[in-house]
Amino acid sequence: MKSSVIIFPGSNCDRDMDVALTKFGFKNTMVWHNDQSIPKSDLIVLPGGFSYGDYLRCGSIASKSNIIKSVIDFANSGGLVLGICNGFQILTETGLLTGILQQNKYLNFICKNVFIKVKDKKNKYFKNIKKEILELHIAHNEGNFFCTDQELKLLEDNNQIAVTYCNSNGLENEEDNPNGAIKNIAGIFNKNKNVLGMMPHPERMIDKYLSGEDGSLFFENLLGNLG
Amino acid sequence: MQVTEAVAIDHGLKKDEFSKICNLLKRIPNITELAIFSAMWNEHCSYKSSRKHLKKLHTKGKQVIQGPGENAGVIDIGDDDAIVFKIESHNHPSFIEPYQGAATGVGGIMRDVFTMGARPIANLNSIHFGSPQHKKTKHLLRGVVKGIGGYGNCIGVPTVAGQTTFDESYNGNILVNAMTIGLVNKNKIFYSKAAGLNKPVIYVGSKTGRDGIHGASMASATFDDKIEEKKPTVQVGDPFTEKLLLEACLELMADKSIIAIQDMGAAGLTSSSIEMASKGNLGIELNLSKVPCREEKMTPYEIMLSESQERMLIVLENGKENHAKKIFDKWNLDFAVIGKTTNSKKIELIFNDAKVAEIPINLLAENAPMYDRKWKKTKLPQRLKLNKDNFKSLSISDCLKKILSNPNISEKKWIWDQYDHTVMGDTIQKPGGDAGVVRVHGTKKAIATSVDSSASYCYSHPLTGGKQVVCESWRNLISVGAKPIAITNCLNFGNPEKEKNMGEFVECVEGITEASEYLDFPVVSGNVSFYNETKDKGIKPTPTIGGVGLLKNYNKMITLDFKNIDNIVYVIGKTEGHLDQSVFAKDILNEKKGPPPSINLFNEKNIGETVLNLIQKKLIISSHDVSLGGILTAVSKMCIKGNKGLKINNLKGLTNKYEYFFGEDQARYIVEIPKENKEEVIEILNKNSVHFDDLGIIQEKNLTFNGDINLPIEELSDAHKYWLKEYMEN
Repeated sequence: MKSSVIIFPGSNCDRDMDVALTKFGFKNTMVWHNDQSIPKSDLIVLPGGFSYGDYLRCGSIASKSNIIKSVIDFANSGGLVLGICNGFQILTETGLLTGILQQNKYLNFICKNVFIKVKDKKNKYFKNIKKEILELHIAHNEGNFFCTDQELKLLEDNNQIAVTYCNSNGLENEEDNPNGAIKNIAGIFNKNKNVLGMMPHPERMIDKYLSGEDGSLFFENLLGNLG
Repeated sequence: MQVTEAVAIDHGLKKDEFSKICNLLKRIPNITELAIFSAMWNEHCSYKSSRKHLKKLHTKGKQVIQGPGENAGVIDIGDDDAIVFKIESHNHPSFIEPYQGAATGVGGIMRDVFTMGARPIANLNSIHFGSPQHKKTKHLLRGVVKGIGGYGNCIGVPTVAGQTTFDESYNGNILVNAMTIGLVNKNKIFYSKAAGLNKPVIYVGSKTGRDGIHGASMASATFDDKIEEKKPTVQVGDPFTEKLLLEACLELMADKSIIAIQDMGAAGLTSSSIEMASKGNLGIELNLSKVPCREEKMTPYEIMLSESQERMLIVLENGKENHAKKIFDKWNLDFAVIGKTTNSKKIELIFNDAKVAEIPINLLAENAPMYDRKWKKTKLPQRLKLNKDNFKSLSISDCLKKILSNPNISEKKWIWDQYDHTVMGDTIQKPGGDAGVVRVHGTKKAIATSVDSSASYCYSHPLTGGKQVVCESWRNLISVGAKPIAITNCLNFGNPEKEKNMGEFVECVEGITEASEYLDFPVVSGNVSFYNETKDKGIKPTPTIGGVGLLKNYNKMITLDFKNIDNIVYVIGKTEGHLDQSVFAKDILNEKKGPPPSINLFNEKNIGETVLNLIQKKLIISSHDVSLGGILTAVSKMCIKGNKGLKINNLKGLTNKYEYFFGEDQARYIVEIPKENKEEVIEILNKNSVHFDDLGIIQEKNLTFNGDINLPIEELSDAHKYWLKEYMEN
C-alpha cells in the first residue's frame, strides 16, 4: 500500500507519521506543500503541527496551499484522506469536513492520554478494529470541535461521528471531554467516510515503550482494510 | 550624538571602563562603537565577574567532545552519535514580560543547539517563582508556562522534564532557565570559529527590528521601580520562523558549505560577528545597509544592538551562496550576503557607503574587563537543637499530607500537561518521574535528563549546596537506569558587586567543581545570570544543574511507580535523620536555620554505581531517589504512581521516627525488589559495603506503619496532586 504525507512549513508530526506508516507496511512518500501533484497513493495524510505557524486561524493558510487542490480532488474521487490534529483543522478549513476546531474550553494547550470510543465501523478506518475503546494521545490548543445544530444532526444521521472522548469504560461524560468539544467529538468523517479528521495522535502510540500501543491497532487495522 | 562619559554610563559602562575604552582606541568612540563596547563588555556577554572562577570548573573527560566556550557542549554517546546540550537563563525578560521572556528563552537555547548541527530532541526547564501569596506569582507562572509551551510545542520538540519551585526570595526576580538537548553525528558538528579570508558572511532568518535593543545590558543590571519601562528591551518570539530556520539550517548542514555558524542571541549581530571573527583570529567587514530590516530607517546603532529573534550569521565557503540561498528561499527565510572575513583583525562596519565603526577585535574580546571581585565565605551554620518537645504533639500522617501538598513537592501536572511531551515519538519516560527519557531515534539507546537546584541548601551553605545539586542530578539519572555522563549549569545569583552574593557564587562553583570532578560528571556548557536583585533584595543562590545520562539499551529503563504486591522495598544508603533545612523543619517545625545535609562523595559514587548495577542486572524494578521530604515523601510518590500501598516494617533501633522518615540525608534511593532477587541484591549491597534498610513490603491500597500511619492511597494522592491546579484555577 502506498501513502503520502504532506509537509507544510510548520508541520511537526510529519516524521512521526512517516515512521508509523512505514513501520506498519506502507510505502510512504513525503510531499512538499509547494508541489503541484501527489504520487499515486492509497492514503494521503495531513500530519499534525502548526502549518504556516497557525497564523490567521489554525489550518486556514494550509487550506489554500498549492498542494491542497490535489488533496481535495483525491478525496472527491473517493481516495482516503486522514488528517490528524492540525491535519483535522486543515480538513475543516478546506470544507472536506464539517465544523470548526475552536480553542480548548479551558484555554490551555493539553498534552495527555485520552480514551476514545469508536462510533462507527462501517468505514475503511475502523472496520474490524479489535477494540471499541482506544487509548490515544492528544496534544493541542484548538481541538474543541463545534458545528451548528443542523450540521450535527447530519453528522449523527449519517453516522459521520468517528470517535468520541470517553472514560476507560466508554462513558462519554463531560469529565473526560478534554477540550469542550460538542458531543465529546474527537473525530469525524465526510459523508462518504473516505475522509477522516481526528485530534488524537495514533502515530505517538505505536510501541510498548511509548504511552501505549493502541495506535498500532489503528494502523494495522487500516492497512488490513486496504489490502 | 556626542559620546561622553555620561552617555557611556547610560549604556551600563563604568567610568573606568569608559576611560579604558578611550585608552585602548586612543580616541573617543562614536556612538555605534560605544554601543558595541557596551554590548560586549556587559556582564551577560563578557562574564567579567565570573570568568576567573568559571575557569576552575571541571570540564574534561573522555566523553567530552566540546566543553564550555561554544554555542553548546557536546558529548560522545558511542556509534558516531553525539549529544549537544546547554541550559540558559532568561530571568530578567521573563519577569518583565513572562510570555515573551520565557518563549524567547526556549527559542534561544534551541538555536544554540541546532547551530551546532544537532536536531533538538528534548527540552527541559527550571522555573522559580516568588511566594504563592505574592500578588504577581500566579500571573508570572501562567505567562511563563504558556510562553514555554507556546514556543516548544510549535517547534515540535518534546518538553520532557522540569522543575518548579516557589520561594519568597524570587518575589522580585523570577528565574526561567531553559535547556535543550540535541542529537548530531559526531563527525558533522558545526562550530562558530571563522576561517579563511574573503569568505562571504551571510545573514539568514527573520528580519531585524527594533526589539530587544539593550536586552543584554538590561540582563546585566538589577531592577528598580521602573521596570515597566524596560518592556521594549524584551524580544518577541516567532516559533514558526524558528521551525523554518531549524529545518533550513539542518538542510544546508547536510553538505560542507558552512565554515562557521553562530546564532544571534544576546547582543545580536554584535556578539555573533565578533565571536566568529575572534575565534578565527580574523577581521570582519559588515555592510549594514544589506541587513534585512523590518522597520524603516534603522540606524547602525540599532541594527548592531537589536536582539530580534530567529536570526543566524554564517560564514560560507566561496561559491556556495546560490546553493545556500536556494535552501533559505525554499523555507521562505531572508538571506543576505552582508559582509566578508578580512585579515584586518578589526570589525569594520559600513553603512550607506561610509565607514561607521572600526574596532580591533581583541579590544572587544580579550581586553574585556575581568574582575576579581571581593567575596565572603559562608560559615557552616550550627546544627538545630531539637528535642522531644518539638515532636510531641505531631501526627506523622498529618505531617506527611502537609508535606505532600507543599508547593515545592506537590505534583506539577498542571504545568506539564501544557507542554507537548510526546511529539517526535521517542519519549519513553514522561514528566513526573526522576528524569525524562527519550530514545535516540532508530537505535537501542536512550538519553535520560533532569534539571535540579536546591536554593535553600545553597543559601544555608553554598559549598555544600553546590555539591548537593550535582549529586541530586546524578541520582535522578541513576534512578531511571542511566549512566550519568555530563552536566550543564545555569548559575543564577544576586549582585556580584556584593561580597556575600559573590561569595555564594564562588563557593557554589567550588562545590559543583568538587562533585563533578569526583563523579566524572563534567560541566560542558552553561551560563551565568547575575543581578537577580530588586531594590537591594537578591535571590537565594540558585545554581541549576541540567544532567544528561545514557541508557545503552532502553529496555533496561525503570520508573518509580511501585509495580507488584508482595515485592520488597529497601532504602539504599544510610539514614541519619538530618532535619535541618528540610521541608519538615520549615513546614512543620517552622525552623529555617541549620546546615544542609552533608555530602559524602565517596558514598554518593559507590551507592549510585551499585544501584545502577542492580538496575542493569534487572534485579530491581522500581527506583526513586530520596530528596525533598525524605523517605516517607519518596515512598508516597511511588505508591501514588503505582496505585499500590506499602506496609512499612517495624524498624529496629528507630529512635526518632520523624528524623528517620522526613530527614533529607543524601545518597539514598528507595528500590523495589522482586522476592526472588532478594538474596542476590543483598549480596551485591554487602559486597560493595552499601548500607540498606529493609523498609517494607508492597501491599494493596494503604500506606501503613505500626499504629502510626494508615493512609489509603487516594488520601495521599489527593494531598499530592491538587495544590497547583487549585492555586492556578482559583
